[in-house]
Order: sequence, then C-alpha cells, then structure tokens
Amino acid sequence: MTLALPLAAADARPEDTIASLHEVTRCFGARTALKQFSLALRAGEVTALLGPNGAGKTTVIRLLLGLLAPDAGRIQVLGRDPRQSRARTAIGAMLQVAQAPNLLTVREHIELFRSYYPEPLPTADLLDRTGLTPVQHQRFGTLSGGQKQRMLFALAMCGNPHLVCLDEPTVGLDIHARRQVWHDIRALAAAGKAVLLTTHYLEEADALAQHIVLIQQGRLIRAGTPGAIKQAVAAGRIRCRTKLPDEVLRACVAVVAIERRSPQEVVIFTHDPPAVLRALLALDATLSELEVSAASLEDAVLAMSAAA
Amino acid sequence: MIEPVQAAKPLAISGHRLRPYALEIAYEFIRLARTRAYSLSVIGFPLMFYLLFATGHRHTPIAKYLIASYSCLGLGSACLFGIGLGIAFERAQGWLELKWASPMPRLAYLLAKMASSAAFALIVMIALIGLGYSLGGVNVSPGQMAGLAGVLLLGSIPFTALGLLIGLIMPPTAGPSLINLIYLPLSFASGFFMPIAMLPRWLQAIAPALPTYQLAQLALAAFGFAPRAGALVHGLVLAGFSVLMFAAAWITFVAVQARTQ
Repeated sequence: MTLALPLAAADARPEDTIASLHEVTRCFGARTALKQFSLALRAGEVTALLGPNGAGKTTVIRLLLGLLAPDAGRIQVLGRDPRQSRARTAIGAMLQVAQAPNLLTVREHIELFRSYYPEPLPTADLLDRTGLTPVQHQRFGTLSGGQKQRMLFALAMCGNPHLVCLDEPTVGLDIHARRQVWHDIRALAAAGKAVLLTTHYLEEADALAQHIVLIQQGRLIRAGTPGAIKQAVAAGRIRCRTKLPDEVLRACVAVVAIERRSPQEVVIFTHDPPAVLRALLALDATLSELEVSAASLEDAVLAMSAAA
Repeated sequence: MIEPVQAAKPLAISGHRLRPYALEIAYEFIRLARTRAYSLSVIGFPLMFYLLFATGHRHTPIAKYLIASYSCLGLGSACLFGIGLGIAFERAQGWLELKWASPMPRLAYLLAKMASSAAFALIVMIALIGLGYSLGGVNVSPGQMAGLAGVLLLGSIPFTALGLLIGLIMPPTAGPSLINLIYLPLSFASGFFMPIAMLPRWLQAIAPALPTYQLAQLALAAFGFAPRAGALVHGLVLAGFSVLMFAAAWITFVAVQARTQ
C-alpha cells in the first residue's frame, strides 16, 4: 500500500504540463525498477524526485529522455513520445557524467551541442549565464569540479529546452559550487522551464522544489509540497526500551513510523524528536537505553514504506 | 588531402542539417589529434616500421610493398584505437549516454569516428609515400596513390564497424593491451609486415578469414602486388564483414541499453 497525495497542486492548470509519466512500469530482468509510476511536470516548476540510491530516480530520467522504453504505461514530452528525435529538441539533460572529452575546450563543447538543435541559444549567452566566459578556451580536463558541472549545465541549456532533467546535479560539489547550481536551477524555473531534479538530500529538494516526489523501490511513496513532505519524512530516530505498546507509540504526536526490534526494544522515526521524547518520558517511567540520532533518508523512507 | 573525408557526409537539404555532421567530424578529428598517445602511435608506428624495415631495401619492390601494407596498418590501428577505445571510454564515463539523450543525429556520431580514422589513415599514407620517395627510392604514381586512398576510404567502413563492436563490448580499462593483443598478430598474419607467401603454411590458410588480409590484398592490388581480378571478391568479403559487425554492434547496443539501469 502506498499513500499518494494527488499529484496536481490545486492551482495548476493541465495546459501547463510539459511532460508526464502515466502508470509507467519498467523492469530489468526480474527486478522491477519502476512500478505504475505517475508524474506530471509543469512549466515554471521544479519537481524533485527524492529517494535513496537505487530507488528508480535515474530510471525515471532515462525514460523521460527516451533512452529507455517503458514496459507499460505512457510517457509524453510536449505531446510526443520522447524516443522521437523531435521531442528531444525540447529537452535538456544533465546526467551523471564522470567526464566529457578532456581535450576539447569549453567553447568547442558548447558549439558542438548547439549544432544539434534547430534554435540554439547564442554561445555568448550560454557562456555568460554559466559564468564560463573567462575559461571558454580552456580544455574541459583543466576545469575545476564546479566549472565542469557548469559546462554540463550549459550543454543542457544549449537548445533552450522546455524540459530540463537534472540527475543529481550537485553530487561531489563543494558548498560554493552547490549554491551556484541551486541558483541556476531557480533561474530555470523562473524562466518558465519545467525542471525535474533527482536528489537524495531532503535539504536540497526542500530548498529548490515546489513539488517533491518521494520514491522508494520504484514506487511513489508520497508526493506533495516540501512542507508536507518534511512533515512526513522522519528527520530523527529514537531508539529505546519501553513497555509501551505499538498503538500508543503510533498515537504520539510527530511519530512517522515505528520499528519493533524485540518485544522491549523499539525504533521510532519522527520529524520532531523533542516532542516525542517528552511524550515517551511522561508515559513510561521505566523507559531505558534511550538513544536519539538523525535518520538517514534511506532509513526514513524505508520506515515509511513499511508503515504505509 | 583530408578532403575525401568530406565525401562521407550525407547529402542534406539545408545548412542547419549539415552543421552537426560537419562539427562532429571536425571536433572528433581535433580531439584525436590532441590525444598525443593516439596521434603519435597511429602515425608514428607505421613510419617507424617503415624506417626500420624498408630503408634497408632501397629501390626494391619491398620498399613499395610496405607503403601499401603499412598504410593498412595505420587504418586498422586508427579505427581500433580511435573508435574502439574511444567508444569504450565515452560509454564508461556516461558521455555517450548524454549525447544519446540529445538530438544529435545518430549517424553523425559514427560518421565522425569513421571520417577521423580515415583522415589519420590518409595522413599515414601520405607520410609513407614521402618516406618511400625520399629514403626508400620508390615512386608511387598518382593513379596508384588514388587507388590506395580509395581502398583506405572504403576500408574505413568495415574497420569502423569492428571498432564500434569492440567499443561496445570491451571494458575501457582492458582497452589498449587487449587491442594490441588482437591487432598485432592479426596484422602479422595478414601480410602487413611481409608477403603472405613467406609466412608458415597454416597462417596462409587462416589469413583469408581475416578482414585485415582482405584489406591488404586490395591495397596491394592498387600497387600491382596482387592480382586485380581478386579485388571484387575481397571487396565483397569486406562488405559482408561490415554488415556482420554492424549487426552485432546493433544487437549489443540494444541489449546494453535495455540492461543499463
């Protein structure tokens, strides 16, 4: 059982939808990477696909880019199947590229990618917008990590796309470079693009997206505004020995999920650890072996899908 | 003399349609030329072998034979290292995927690799003819030159196909040594270093099965060292080999795409 909120925000008009997945299923051999997954991406909106590694985030991106065919369901980008090359001219992508050819310069890379699109943005604009003008004649291999990521970002922008797919764009970046990429992503949405971003940081999704989709083992666990998702995703993890039964624990305010380790030992996931602690201590005087820690996204999402 | 490469471009209606092909070819050539390990070895090895083995046989047919056969050596290594290794790396680094997600014309990618390899083979050929003239004391007539250039251009098709297949199945880390391991015996057994008649019988029996042998026979026919009559058969064998390799590469590509998670 999954608990899905309605995908469309109340004020969104269907004509703004740039791309959509409808009940898409995709398997790799015996493994189901994506199961009856639906998603709508709207102009001017950043959607974050949030989930632990291997949840199916990259599969969603690859389906939207036409690199994969779905086993079942329908995918549309501006009314077209993304496997048609016409559809691709409307999409920009930033994938997890370990390396672009090192020996071509920034400008050469951009010129080449521009030639693929019928109406590319001017090279000077792209360089200017990404702050790469000073290093335009430098070879890719000599750039810093942040500059490399920005060049890949410039390549995604070459065709002035309607839909931009960013697969973990800030992985491996320092804080400064990460802020830069965040700034660029906000600018994309402001320019009216539909942006899909994958990440395994709740903080990043919260900072950027108007809409967060939580995904785990190929299934949509929950979707909604950052506020709603933050309430649903447990930030804290409390472990203790208590006599309190499951029902009482679940009824506590701010408890997202519980996990029984043994008849006495329990792990509680919560988005408000102090509130839960106060309730626990008030209810059970014999409470012992108390341990409070931050929950990883993996733990939190796993607990949620188990509880749902 | 790199002009003939341009012929590989397909006819298209507008300038916009042609531009990605032209740029893809140009930048692939530039990239390879800047890759010193590639450009130095693809051009350097045939020239070095020529200096070692041909200059002792000045004014003899050997000095001319080796111009044709080492040009083939150049084409083979240009394709196997440039295309095979190139694709293996681009695949492993996710670069191929990014290009595939863009509206890049699919054919442009392969044509660029093919045209660049052919260009390197022609550079090797011209340098060998120069060495042959200056140090080997042998002349290549314009007709023979055109014939050899034609063989190299057409020969770039089957070896592009082979390079593509290798690039799709080979892990990039194993790359260079694995290619050398296959390619060096192949070029020896195909008469690149000495006429096939001088090789052991069993090797002579195997040779016709090798695409490098078929290529060498065509190149030697252009110089009059092999009968012209056989050219059609060698050409057909190479055409069949190309179809086989492209088909295998396509099947591999589709399978890899479906498997990549």
